Amino acid sequence: MAAASDEGMSPHPATGHLPGTALAMVGIDKHFGEVLANASVDFSARWGEVHALLGENGAGKSTLMSILAGLYRPDNGQLLVDGQPVVLHSPKDAIKHGIGMVYQHYRLVPSQTVTENMLLGLPGAPLRLDTRRAARDIEELSERYQLRVDPYRPVWQLSVGEQQRVEILKALHRGARILILDEPTAVLTPQEADALMRTIRHIASEGRTVIFISHKLEEVRSVADRVTVLRAGRLVGSGLDMAEMSARDLARLMVGTDLPGRIRPRPRASGAPRLTLRRLCALDDRGLQALRSVDLTIHAGEIVGVAGVAGNGQRELAQVLTGMRKPASGQVFLDDIDVTGAGARQMALAGVAHIPEDRLGEGLVGNLPLLDSALMKSYYQPPISSGPFLNLKSAVQFTRGLIARFNVAGATPRTIARLLSGGQLQRFLLAREMSMQPRAIVAVHPTRGLDVAATHTVQEWLMSCSGEGCALLLISEDLDELLQLSDRVAVLYEGSIVAAVDREEADRERIGLMMIGSYQPDQVAV
Amino acid sequence: MIVSLERRANLTLTRRIGIQAGSVIAGALFGGLIVWLSGYDPVKAYGEIIGGSFGSGYALGQMLAASIPLATIALGTAVAFRVRVWNIGGEGQFYMGAFGATGIELVGGPAGWPSQVLIPAMVAAGFAAGAAWAALPGALRAYLGVNEIITTLMMNYIAILWVNYLVYGPWKDPQGHNFPFSPRFPDNATLRPLGLGQLHAGIVIPIVAAIVFLLLLSRTQWGYELRILGENPSAAAYAGISIRRNVMLAMLVSGGMAGIAGMVQVSGIVHVLSGQISTNYGYTAIIVAWLGQLHPMAILVVSMLFGALVNGGFAVSQAGIPQALGVLLQGVILLFALGAGDLFSRYRLVLGQAPGKKRAPLLPDDRSALSAQP
Repeated sequence: MAAASDEGMSPHPATGHLPGTALAMVGIDKHFGEVLANASVDFSARWGEVHALLGENGAGKSTLMSILAGLYRPDNGQLLVDGQPVVLHSPKDAIKHGIGMVYQHYRLVPSQTVTENMLLGLPGAPLRLDTRRAARDIEELSERYQLRVDPYRPVWQLSVGEQQRVEILKALHRGARILILDEPTAVLTPQEADALMRTIRHIASEGRTVIFISHKLEEVRSVADRVTVLRAGRLVGSGLDMAEMSARDLARLMVGTDLPGRIRPRPRASGAPRLTLRRLCALDDRGLQALRSVDLTIHAGEIVGVAGVAGNGQRELAQVLTGMRKPASGQVFLDDIDVTGAGARQMALAGVAHIPEDRLGEGLVGNLPLLDSALMKSYYQPPISSGPFLNLKSAVQFTRGLIARFNVAGATPRTIARLLSGGQLQRFLLAREMSMQPRAIVAVHPTRGLDVAATHTVQEWLMSCSGEGCALLLISEDLDELLQLSDRVAVLYEGSIVAAVDREEADRERIGLMMIGSYQPDQVAV
Repeated sequence: MIVSLERRANLTLTRRIGIQAGSVIAGALFGGLIVWLSGYDPVKAYGEIIGGSFGSGYALGQMLAASIPLATIALGTAVAFRVRVWNIGGEGQFYMGAFGATGIELVGGPAGWPSQVLIPAMVAAGFAAGAAWAALPGALRAYLGVNEIITTLMMNYIAILWVNYLVYGPWKDPQGHNFPFSPRFPDNATLRPLGLGQLHAGIVIPIVAAIVFLLLLSRTQWGYELRILGENPSAAAYAGISIRRNVMLAMLVSGGMAGIAGMVQVSGIVHVLSGQISTNYGYTAIIVAWLGQLHPMAILVVSMLFGALVNGGFAVSQAGIPQALGVLLQGVILLFALGAGDLFSRYRLVLGQAPGKKRAPLLPDDRSALSAQP
């Protein structure tokens, strides 16, 4: 383990290896099926530094680091640790080379104690576990890094923050010299996050390398020495000195500056307020505040886009508006009717269509015939229902109509849903929601994972709906899509709407800044 | 050469039935081997078992009579299992159903109510008592998230002890020589025997219930909700299907069916209420429902197989083979049917090279990686 040294930073003549370079990834390519997650990405980090890896969702950060942690094999490219080429077949290999990763979703056994979790999978574990010694080790480590945990507590009793500490301790205990943290602050309280930052600095001061994946600009700036930025799987900024980067520079790198292509002709004849949110608050699944006093009005015929990095309240916003989550406080109006706290069925009947994030896991039933998915919003209404019974003939007819309407080739009502392609499924789902003749639509990532043609179809359809006077709330991670379709773009950051700006005034850079919490009203006037 | 298991993509109904039947046969062969190693003739043993259930009209009747309570309880259990409510309190609900039916019988029997009135009243009381017994754990699960596996199981003991209290105390037959039985049911309170062993008119109940269940699943709104909810609870929530309501309903129906089974047993076979009206029917029915893949018609077939196994156990012992071996055979066949049948329904054996080093993405958050634009 070498401490960082600035002396003699010239490349080794044979390997091109800079002294002090902990690791280098060269020309990494990685595909998942058709999708390119990393395209000839280079990455290098030095001993003793905190290196941030920045990028939007889906930029390929987690994939790149999972390659480094031995979880994936790259399609192309090379890995060097301490100047030596290495091939990692498994996370075990990575640990052997001193690389440890703390994933976003922890890998702990809830029923076992902290100590038992630490011992799990250690090489050469004897039949009898020396838990007492291990517990002492843990206490020592946690003292040293200020990562307080009780070694004898079972993991299920620990808070999320404590579980994270266990994961970090586990990596250190296994001798990690290169520690990768994937979005470590996403689940932490501000106080816990501050403490984590101090620990990270401490770990780095011992000469270890900490790679910090994040899309929160402020914390990246506060803790990292250098930053590498990825966009859409490609390298856009490599090993930049943090001290020389302004928030604006980083935001521009992250979201790009290219103008969106085709822009929807603006109707601008938007009508009366259709969907109104007043001081809406909601909790997430863990009971933490997910929406903080959201005020938003969507008019008939208007498309309001919601931008933001995933996990800033988008999911909860969509759920509250579609009746799948009860708001904690505040009000929701559809036209002039108070629909606060209405359930999913009532919201659907009131005319709110819902294109959910997970089309196969939520919006449709993958293992059943299309017929069953078709009826999800209509099985309780005539002509599909007759009394307590289902009218199978009209159900089949209805399903055929949906299939024909969006031209899902080759499908019949008996086709098992999951056998269709993503684009076909989304068209089918759209056709079903359209059949309700909705007054408002909540669409969550409606084009995610679709190919170009299907994306086009879906966008066309959404625009035609708004042309017919439907109010549309479009939640998307694709900034281009938002800028192309929306009349206004609202940015959600940590559960609040930072701003809702007209499309003419919405530029990528400004939205990028808002998305990462670096937006100062005086910086850019609204 | 490497033998490995590979996940099956899809399974046709015929193949699934084939796998289950094959598993039962393999279990029977293995059981036969054990019988042979113990020094007995496996052919004779199986001959006795088959003869004991199919060899005569009497045997057939005994077999069918034994399958009635199993099929009735299992049909109800399947409704609950379909919405992933693990009601394993069939045994207690069975006893409560017998208690409810006997309560009506004690009033209407000696009073000479016509059986056309008394029997339906007893069926209704059996259903109500069983459903009520299931309603408590159902409500705890639906509203407070209390694990129904524990509560339904524990309530079995309460139900059995309650019936024991009654037959040792207030409901004991004064003319019963102090045996812990209720007074014998008069003719107007008993289901008519059909002349084949102990087989009685109660056989129509599981048959009708299976047909109703089948129609319910395919033709009604509630059946649709059960289907969506059982397949994908998130999709059900999305469609506005109330999970609470369905959990409650499923519990009531499954408890009620077990209650009817209890009524049928006391009215059709035992003709008294006692603490020994069930030989673990409520538990065996769980296996029946599972082996029948929660399909009503398959449940009818499987419950007959179980009826045959129960009867076969007796027949074996009469042929000079220790009864323990009969019990062992049941166990082995079950183990194969449940274990191997389930395994091979989901996986298949692949001979040859291990499948390529294709690894499924492991990170839950890979979806974000997948959505990266090339």
